[in-house]
Amino acid sequence: MALKGNLRDFSTTQLLNLVNLARKTGTLTIKDSEVPSRLSFREGKLIFATADAAGHESGLLVSILQRTGKLSAERASAIRQGAGKLGDKQLGLMLINAGVVSQDDIMQSVRQHVLDITYGLFDRSEGLFRFDANILPPPECITVSIDLEGVIMDGSRRIKQHEQLEGELPSLDRALKFADRSNVRLRKLNLTEEEWRVISLVNPRNTIRQIGKANNLSDFQIRRIVYGLLQAGLVEMTWPEGIAPPRPRRGVPVGEPAAPPAPAVKRHVIVRLIDRIRRIQ
Amino acid sequence: MQTVKMVVTGPFSAGKTEFIRAVSEIDVVQTERKITSAAEQVKETTTVAMDFGRITVDEDLVLYLFGTPGQRRFDFMWEILSEGMLGYIVLVDSARPETFLEARRILETFSTYATTPYVVAANKQDHPDAWEPEDLRIALRVDSNVKLLPCVAKDKEYVKAVLLELLYRILDDIDKAEGQA
Ligand SMILES: Nc1nc2c(ncn2[C@@H]2O[C@H](COP(=O)(O)OP(=O)(O)O)[C@@H](O)[C@H]2O)c(=O)[nH]1
Ligand SMILES: [Mg+2]
Repeated sequence: MALKGNLRDFSTTQLLNLVNLARKTGTLTIKDSEVPSRLSFREGKLIFATADAAGHESGLLVSILQRTGKLSAERASAIRQGAGKLGDKQLGLMLINAGVVSQDDIMQSVRQHVLDITYGLFDRSEGLFRFDANILPPPECITVSIDLEGVIMDGSRRIKQHEQLEGELPSLDRALKFADRSNVRLRKLNLTEEEWRVISLVNPRNTIRQIGKANNLSDFQIRRIVYGLLQAGLVEMTWPEGIAPPRPRRGVPVGEPAAPPAPAVKRHVIVRLIDRIRRIQ
Repeated sequence: MQTVKMVVTGPFSAGKTEFIRAVSEIDVVQTERKITSAAEQVKETTTVAMDFGRITVDEDLVLYLFGTPGQRRFDFMWEILSEGMLGYIVLVDSARPETFLEARRILETFSTYATTPYVVAANKQDHPDAWEPEDLRIALRVDSNVKLLPCVAKDKEYVKAVLLELLYRILDDIDKAEGQA
């Protein structure tokens, strides 16, 4: 069983949504150049990322601390020479004990590093991906635990292309409803004022278009916000209340409530069909 | 004699013909049908490829399986499709993510038009690149109350299981409606 494809057909946002909802554990590899990016997850939370040829190998911590400005270049190279083959966890402990950096510095730097790599993947429109279940970074790696809803929201704010949004959200004449437990998850999220104003109007009575209008948002802006909320699993699409889905049947005007489905066949007909299909050799 | 119909839809190459062939007692007939719609103000003609399969129950009852690509010029086909339709099956090629968006559109279109029960079949589960049914459920945003079954259209037993599941859903609906009456 595989979980692979091309970002062209299934975007980074959709992948993170899948990992989040299915609470997956494993590593997602995205390859669009010589150097693959790898994101690792435990039970649907983002725990680690690498984007260098070395993959999950250790020795990453010094580069991360250097990149986030916690270590100067000279200091970093001195530590690299002295550290030998120490794993990142041991090295981190050593640096803390020596008073070079704090535990907070380390965790924040790793978090920043993981997020930088992840956000860098949102605007990719091409690239092979595969997800390998149960492959995780080696134990000496320092990992974090980041909720994907916030990452997805933040990543969708960076989307600049229309096409990606329209694939997910072809029509603005649909309405939204809250997903299960979304109130619990909303509380943990860092949303913009604009996003909150959109959320305050989520209700099967309002179409997405109406919500956008009420907030003076362009079609692109409202699409991007709703896209993020959908992918973060906070809202779901529904039909606007009072308006049944259009059923352009002969003589039935579009938008007219559909008649309740009358059983067109008798029960015994179905029972005979079941019996017949069971007997197919 | 009563004839009833089940529709098998899905993206191009999802396995519709293979699916119907697996259980049909006649060679699956592939036809190009010209459909003229008067439902719109301008009369238009369109050609769609369809498959026909048949399962005879007895001299009074025949089931037709009707394979159709689900999306293109849907309005034209709907009248033909929906007449006598008990329910429908949406076949998805589990190994080709490039067809997922189209599969979603088909699911959306059919569930907009039809009030009959349906099931989703994650076809080509024997393919090494096949996505698992539960991943497909999320990828295609299939509601948790809709059955999504693994399928290998070349294997009659899978096809039977999908057809039976749809029939159980139809039976449930009838029982519910009778319970209300
Ligand atoms: N491996 C595999 N191939 C399948 C399966 N079902 C269909 N195929 C193949 O997929 C291709 C398209 O199938 P077809 O029935 O013509 O698709 P349609 O366009 O939906 O009618 C053919 O080469 C089939 O042999 C399946 O379950 N597993
Ligand atoms: Mg065919």
